[in-house]
This record gives sequence, C-alpha cells and structure tokens, in this order.
Amino acid sequence: MSWWTSPATETQISHGDRFWLYVVAAIIMLLLIIPTLIVIPMSFSDSQYLEFPPEQWSLRWYGEYFDSTKWMRATVTSLQVGFLTLLVATPLGTMAAYALFVSGHRFAKTIFMLLITPMIVPVILIAIGVFYAFGRMGLNNSITGLVLAHTAMATPLVMIVITAALRSYDLNQERVARSLGATRIKAFFTVTLPQIKFSVVTAGLLSFLTSFDEVIIAIFVSGGNNATLTKHMFAALRDYIDPTIAAISTIMVGVSTVLLLATQFIDRRKK
Amino acid sequence: MNNSTALPISIRGLTKKYGDLNALNSVDLEIKSSEFLTLLGPSGSGKTTLLMAIAGFNRPDAGSIKFGDAEMVLTPPHKRDVGMVFQSYALFPHMTVSENIGFPLKLRGLAAKEVMGRVDEALATVQLSGLGDRAIDQLSGGQRQRVALARAFVFRPRILLMDEPLSALDKKLREHMQIELKQIHRQLGVTTVYVTHDQREALTMSDRIAVINHGELAQVDTPEAIYNRPKDQFVADFIGESTMLSLTRGGDGRLSFGSEIISSSSPNPSVSKWSLVVRPERLHLLEGDVNTSEKQVVFRGHVKEYVFQGETAFALIALDDVTILSVRFGTGAGSRIQLLEPGALVSVGLMREDIILIPQEGQT
Repeated sequence: MSWWTSPATETQISHGDRFWLYVVAAIIMLLLIIPTLIVIPMSFSDSQYLEFPPEQWSLRWYGEYFDSTKWMRATVTSLQVGFLTLLVATPLGTMAAYALFVSGHRFAKTIFMLLITPMIVPVILIAIGVFYAFGRMGLNNSITGLVLAHTAMATPLVMIVITAALRSYDLNQERVARSLGATRIKAFFTVTLPQIKFSVVTAGLLSFLTSFDEVIIAIFVSGGNNATLTKHMFAALRDYIDPTIAAISTIMVGVSTVLLLATQFIDRRKK
Repeated sequence: MNNSTALPISIRGLTKKYGDLNALNSVDLEIKSSEFLTLLGPSGSGKTTLLMAIAGFNRPDAGSIKFGDAEMVLTPPHKRDVGMVFQSYALFPHMTVSENIGFPLKLRGLAAKEVMGRVDEALATVQLSGLGDRAIDQLSGGQRQRVALARAFVFRPRILLMDEPLSALDKKLREHMQIELKQIHRQLGVTTVYVTHDQREALTMSDRIAVINHGELAQVDTPEAIYNRPKDQFVADFIGESTMLSLTRGGDGRLSFGSEIISSSSPNPSVSKWSLVVRPERLHLLEGDVNTSEKQVVFRGHVKEYVFQGETAFALIALDDVTILSVRFGTGAGSRIQLLEPGALVSVGLMREDIILIPQEGQT
C-alpha cells in the first residue's frame, strides 16, 4: 500500500505509523461536531417533540419559525445588535490594538491584558455585573445596552486578530510614509490599513458572531421587544420542548458556518 | 536636479537616553551641504538613533538639530522634507512600483501628469525604466533597493537619509550598488547621511566618515584620514585590519618596540603609553639581512600561518612569544610570498611614513 508506507512529513514517519493518531483525531473531531449536527435531522422532523432519528420528515417547523412574529422580531433584534456590535467593536478594537502595538509603552502589555479580560472572566460574572450597572443606568432591555455589553465581549477578539496582523507587518512602512510627507493618520489609512484590511474584515465578522451567538448576557440584559433570538431559544427550551428550536439552531449553525468559512477564505486570500 | 536645495545639517549637544543607557551622549556634528557623510559604528553604538533623530522619529532629550538655519527638533517627520531609505526597504506591497515612487508626489498635491513625468525620470535615474507597472513582489532584491531609493529622492528632498540600505544584498550586488549610489548622490547633490556597520562600505562611499561608539563620536574625517590617521584604538581597530604593538618610552622620550626605535619623540608628551598600529598590507617582505634604517622599521619573526586568498596572501608572523603580526601581501611575482613557508624566519619592513601612533586605552 503506497499511501500507507509513504512519508507523512519531511521525516521518515509514514502514514501507517500515524494510523492511531489519525483515529484519535477523527474521534475527537466527531465528538466535537456531532452534538452540533444532531439538531439538523431533528429540525426536519414532523413530530410534536424533539426526537432522533425523526420518524417522518417535514419542513413544518421552519414554517413555524418564519410565520411567528415573536421569532422574527427576535431575529431582527439579534441581527441588529450583531451588526451594531460589529460597527462599534471593530474600529474600537483596531484602534486599541494599533495604539498598544505601536506605542511600545512599558504598560502596553498590561493594558492589553486588562482589555482582553472579558475573554477570560466567566461570562456569567460579566452578565451579572452588567445587569446591575445597566439597572442603575436604565440600559436593561435596550438595544444600546446589549450592543455595549457585546462590544466589551467582541473587542478583545478584534484586538487579538489585529495585533496578529500587525506583527507580520513592517511598521517601517509607516515611518517611510511619514518621512515622505504623510501625517500619522494619513500614513495609517493609506499604507497600514490597506495591508491589514483582510484582518479587519475577519475581526468584524468575528465580532458579529460573538454578539449573534451570545446567550448569557442576553438572558440578563435583553428582554421585552428587544429580546434576542438566543434568549427566546433558551426560554423556549425551558418552557416547552418544540422542534422550532432545532430549525432555528440549524439556521444559526448555517449562518455561523458561512461566516467562519468567509473568514477562512479571507485569510487564505491574504496569502 | 541640482544641489541648490541641499542643506547643511548642524547637530549640537544631541543627547538621547533609553532608561540608563546613553544612546547619544552630547553629539556635535556638522554635515556640509551636498556632503555624503557616513555614520559608522558597531551595533548598539547609537548610529541608527542619531539617524532617526535627524529623520524625526525619536525626540532627543537635549540638543539641537538644524537644517540650514531652521531648528528641527520639534518638527514632525512629515514636515522635515527628508527622503529616507530603510534597511528593509519598506516598500508598500499594495502599490505598484510607480505608485510607490509617486506616493510622496501625490501627497504634495502634484497633478497626475507631473507625477507621471517625475516618476519616469526617477525610474530612469535608478535604471528601472519600463518597470513602473510591476508589483513589488515581482522585483529582485536589487530592484527593490532601487525603488526605495527612487521613492526617497523623487520629491527632491533637501536631505537624504539611508539606514544600512545595502545590507540585504549579496556581496557582488552590494559593491555594484555602492558605486551606483555614489554616482546618484553626485548627480542629485543632496546632503546624504548614510548609516552602516560595514567599514569597507563606509570607506568606499563617503566624503567623510563619522565613527560612532557608545553614543559618542570617536572621529569625524575623510576615509583616507580615518584609515591612515586613526585617533584612538577603537577607530584603528574598527576600520581595517591592524595589529597593535605596545611601545616602551625611553628616558629621552623615544618610543621603541624591542630594540627597534619607532619614533625619536612622543607625538604628545603628556601621554606616556603609546601603541604602534600596523596595517597588514603596509608591510613588505624583505630579502636577506636588512636592518631598521631612516626609511623603514624592520620586524623579524617566524611564519606561524600562511593562507593564500586569491588577490592577497595572508600570514601571521610571531615576533616573540606573545606578539603576532598580521601581514597581507599581493600575490604577484614581485611580492616574494614564496618566502612565507610555515616556520621560516622572515623580515618585514614598515615604511616610516606608514607609522601610526595612538595613545593606549584609558589615556588622553
């Protein structure tokens, strides 16, 4: 068997030698992916309840979702909040990453760590904190409040993506631009930004996804007419088990997959 | 282009500290209009810090930088009108060759037609005519270097700064570009400050060389003067090859090495310890029994090592148990290198005109 004995890398290790590695990797991948994929067949069931495998197939739960004003309003809210989070978090995170990267200030690393804490602190703590803070400020149940909270969650991601992009960028280009007569801002927009634009777009998509998929903060601070899709789904799961959830989940998995593939595609085009 | 826009640079008391490190320690340097001056020093000597201060990318803690009569210390880089070439070239990869070179012209609001004309002119100067539409990643290292240079002078800056622009090129191309850069400098007549750690490059290209060490200027002089009359051990050591021979001072002020009298008097009576700097190529092989005379000093020793290197041959000659003299000769028939057999006793002569005396370290 030629594939079996052919070397897997530059070294002499063959694919055959790596057989068990491949098996373990495949099992891990399946364990990660099956729980997500299992909802897809469930969403096409004709049954009143969530069941697997479905006995009869139908699209009725998709119809249920698209015909429901409640679900539609929640979807619009989620898209709106996601989009606004993208618009706020992307420039904010880009500016922060750029400033901290370029300054070389002795506290730059510390400030960077502080700004990415929302990624490290358990989300439930952030949610509780935000809930009480917003209570005093009257921001609970508002789009503005949700966008602010999601921006705090998305900004660290943007910062990490943009910092990685700046690492592989020669900052002397900006210096040259300045010596050639460009102001700092002009140098950034004409020389730096065009070269990190793919990363900026990736960061934008990721911040949209961060908001769109977020449930814990949404449970605390969104409500009424401004409840997000994820919050409604969570409530629906608790109150009544209904395959509409599976249909919505499938759509969300689809959206997330498309966006993640988009970032991967952008990443590849960059090179 | 002519040199009517070139400006002299006057640097006074320039000091820059990074924490406890004195990157620049009260540097005074006068650069003449249209001059090609090289800042030469080992890494960490402060040469790049000084160049960046002239460009405006770091703000000195004290001192003054004047272009002509105008004080520049507080002027941001984009208002200094200085062309700059970086070691990494820092070309803009998202722009074509022409767009790169046209960048400073567009910033100055020139009309598209004039931009095109000036870009073509600059491309011709660096011998890249017709490559304007190329993408940067389609260029070779040498071509990139030329584009970076063209971009730095196309807007007719008053001053051109270069930070080790040739160090990424291979030896042949580097030597070729050295000559070419020199020609372009002559053609443009722009005041040029060039940074390098390569002493040969500095000797090849410069009108004057400023040797810098530990943030201070060790010597500022023409290449000939720096090579032939180094002021101290650092300069003698850093520029060219050399052997330092420690001299003894007799009661009458005579400086001698062993029994050979090197100089009848000390160049500076207040300095007691002197070294003789011997450049390997300034020595010549002697045949037979020749002694030190009015004309030359003769050293005798055994050949320890002999290496044939093509255009020159290199040998180490042990004068005594601790002193080893490096010598370098041409390999032509007249140079008598056949005498250099390992172990052989040979005599080498140093003309009195070639004697270089420097005070020993720790003295002034």
